[in-house]
Amino acid sequence: MSLVSKSLFELSELFRDGKASSREITDAFITEIENRDKEINSFVTQTFDLAREMADSSDARRANDSLLSPLDGMPMTLKDVVCTKEVRTTASSNILKDFVSPYDATVWKKLKDAGVVLLGKTNTDEFTMGASTQTSAFGVTKNPHDITRVAGGSSGGSAAAVAAHFCAGSIGTDTGGSLRQPAHFCGVTGLKVSYGRVSRWGTIPMASSLDTVGPIAQTAQDCAMILQAIAGQDSKDSTTPPHSVPDYVNEIKQNLSGMKIGLPKEYFENDINKDVLEIIQSSKAILEDLGVTLVDVSLPHIKYAIPAYYIIVPSEISSNMSRYDGIRFGSGKKGEALDDIYFETRNKGFDDEVKRRIMVGIYCLSTGHVDGYYLQAQKVRTLIKQDFDKVFTQVDALLSPVSPTPAFRIGEVLDPIQMYLEDMFTSSANLAGICGISVPVGKTEEAGLPIGAQILGPAFKEERVLRIAHQIQKSIRESR
Amino acid sequence: MVTKTELKHLAKLAKLHLGDEKEVEKFTHDISRILEFVGQLQEVDTKSVQPTFQVTGLQNVMRNDEIEVSGKEAELLECSVFSIENNSLKIPKIL
Repeated sequence: MSLVSKSLFELSELFRDGKASSREITDAFITEIENRDKEINSFVTQTFDLAREMADSSDARRANDSLLSPLDGMPMTLKDVVCTKEVRTTASSNILKDFVSPYDATVWKKLKDAGVVLLGKTNTDEFTMGASTQTSAFGVTKNPHDITRVAGGSSGGSAAAVAAHFCAGSIGTDTGGSLRQPAHFCGVTGLKVSYGRVSRWGTIPMASSLDTVGPIAQTAQDCAMILQAIAGQDSKDSTTPPHSVPDYVNEIKQNLSGMKIGLPKEYFENDINKDVLEIIQSSKAILEDLGVTLVDVSLPHIKYAIPAYYIIVPSEISSNMSRYDGIRFGSGKKGEALDDIYFETRNKGFDDEVKRRIMVGIYCLSTGHVDGYYLQAQKVRTLIKQDFDKVFTQVDALLSPVSPTPAFRIGEVLDPIQMYLEDMFTSSANLAGICGISVPVGKTEEAGLPIGAQILGPAFKEERVLRIAHQIQKSIRESR
Repeated sequence: MVTKTELKHLAKLAKLHLGDEKEVEKFTHDISRILEFVGQLQEVDTKSVQPTFQVTGLQNVMRNDEIEVSGKEAELLECSVFSIENNSLKIPKIL
């Protein structure tokens, strides 16, 4: 098996044992990227010189027996909303296409301190607003399993880069499903952490009360390794609570016997693709074999998650996007008067979906509409959160599809509302602040497209969803 | 539901030019449909429900009031396309 098809966990072992140098591993990924990324388009910016330099430093540390962490020497990528001093951070938007941040995001600083090698920055929907990367100013990312299809989004570049074996792992963001849905489309593992588990300082925001930063990699074990390095309180992000960080890598080794997992009946009442349903059925069987008891549960307000989400998100967007005035940073346009600068910059800088969301947000927050839209959505959010609080007194976790279909064709879904429904099974976790993971469990019969299952767990129980996903993956591997 | 006049007002508040009438019509149509779709929330009875603005449960997050010098003034100014004068950005007059 070639180096690039190994998991992060395996590569880390090979490196530590002196069986492969970081430079060898890095060069193997670079060759793969050079061969195939023209077709896939998962990168916005590649940093190969920097990567080779960082890999050489890792090799020197290994020679001195002074490795920084289990991630030392491991080549990774970052979604292009994570600010890096080394190269531009664009959010896949024209308004930031030449923006180089004067500081590193906390998540990148932590990974750098752990010895991670940076191969580049990955594509996303513009400012993460989408579920397909079709709104990126740098073109759509194609699904490595079928290049006529999308990789999903918004962390589609990260998911495709992991699936195409361009990197050992990546960092993405998830505000309503943006790590889980592309992981499902591309056959990789994406973890949506609990709100506040990972610092967002220096990560370009979309909707601040929902945004999370998390890992995406081949396996749950890989995600556990990455999470170990990035989780925890950060004085620069006041939404990170002082909860201790568990030993994820060890915790996931425990078996699942005696565990109770719920099947939210409302999720299964939707129109779900036949292959997706069948594969979810087969993961139920795997879980039962692992000693899990499955029970039907109810989340009565879940059907309101999407409408509530698409009021709260644009409202927060309209506030967050007001910083793009063209003056302090970004591709500002010159003008006679201040207003000319604002209008010209924002008009040229933003594409349609960003404009739509800003205007919907302004509407939902305006006098006369704020009670009926924004406040009502925040109250419905309470009801959804209470549904989860209640259900997690009955079961340890929940199992559901990640999205109703496998990867769709490029250009197939263009209607905004149809695109919003992509988040049908995922956005409720962000509204409630809980954690969830998308784990690959099978492929569609005819086209061979990957299908993932979603495991949701209570807030700050990442070790539990990682453990369930890890045990499912182990069982699938062993049955082959 | 928004009218074309309301849409133009929203665009102005958002500091966005929408271009020609066709563009205005497209956005009016899209945004009306989105508002109609999210409007289904009105049917939920929330009379005795408190809103959730954030989910961490954290309140009054404090830190010591200590001054830290970032030393990044020059780099921050460099992020702008405008010219620098006296350690400030030179932009058109506001008043």
